[in-house]
Amino acid sequence: MAEVNRLHRRQAVADLLADRKDMLIVTGLGSPTYDVFAAGDHPGNFYLWGAMGGAALTGLGLALAQPERPVTVVTGDGEQLMGIGGLATIGVQRPNNLSIVVLDNGHYGETGGQMSHAGAGINLAEMARVCGFTECFEVTDEAGIARAREAIGTIGEGPRLIVIRIVHEETPRALPARDGVWLKARMREHLGFGPN
Amino acid sequence: MSAISETETGAHADSPWAPIIFDALQQANVRQVSYVPDAGHARLIRMCSAAENMKSIVLTTEEEGIALCTGAWLGGERSALLMQSSGVGNCINMLSLLASCRVPFLTIVTMRGEFQEFNPWQVSMGRATPAALEIMGVTTIRIDRLEDLAPMMASAATMAFESDQPIAILLSQSMLGAKKWLK
Repeated sequence: MAEVNRLHRRQAVADLLADRKDMLIVTGLGSPTYDVFAAGDHPGNFYLWGAMGGAALTGLGLALAQPERPVTVVTGDGEQLMGIGGLATIGVQRPNNLSIVVLDNGHYGETGGQMSHAGAGINLAEMARVCGFTECFEVTDEAGIARAREAIGTIGEGPRLIVIRIVHEETPRALPARDGVWLKARMREHLGFGPN
Repeated sequence: MSAISETETGAHADSPWAPIIFDALQQANVRQVSYVPDAGHARLIRMCSAAENMKSIVLTTEEEGIALCTGAWLGGERSALLMQSSGVGNCINMLSLLASCRVPFLTIVTMRGEFQEFNPWQVSMGRATPAALEIMGVTTIRIDRLEDLAPMMASAATMAFESDQPIAILLSQSMLGAKKWLK
């Protein structure tokens, strides 16, 4: 299993988001937040610094409210596992503008590198498929990143879940703003709404 | 599934609170209504599901509704969460999202574990429900009398969506009528 985790997260996320256009992005706490910020800050980014397990459902609420825009959740395997029931909730709603990208290194990277369920072989793409997601695949190389980039930039048939297998590694910290009120107001202003 | 829900709604057959809450949600322009089913919410869930201007979202666990509400607000839509008091316990950590981002939040909670409760397993979380919400910063408004519901729902919606507050309306079991133990 280890040999398919070849991609480096920072480069993979930068390549994934290179052509984001009007995409809105929600990030799961920890390294995915840092990775998306490192790829380029944007008012259409909403970074979670807590609320573990909540990234996908935050993305669902946003996708339902903004049905014309592609919404991408970028999160980790551990974060998605904590909100695993949310895959069923999203599968019932079937938003065609929501993609969940799971950066899967098979470990809880923030807490000492303990192996996750994904690392033990639980397949998140298959779980999404049985929950009614219409496009589910794993990415292990640059060609897969290109495929994922094209997919998440478009309105599809239904929700997508893409697992990107990445190396379990330390990366330099790249820390976006932590003020949730500001991040919220920034996203709302970007979409043409007032702070409240 | 329908047989079970009909049995469970027997105690709340006419649910006069449902149209009052529905009207308040419509008046407040709530567009996403999420829920984990409860017998006391059954009629309201049906009304919201039938409303063309509302998206109704069935959840696997109540904390999903906190995150959903945050995403909806980011995208310019108002959301409300319907749940039973036992679900409040599932929400604790996720409620920090509302405080961290000052997201408007409106939940309507049907109480269990109090008036005429027959199931001891409901009592512990029912007793803890108001305190659990309040320690996470959610203002609770308990409704014991049906005539208080309309003005309090309107007030809760204003507090939530105009003053950016997290607000929980607690519908007391004495007002709802205790769940019947049908054999």
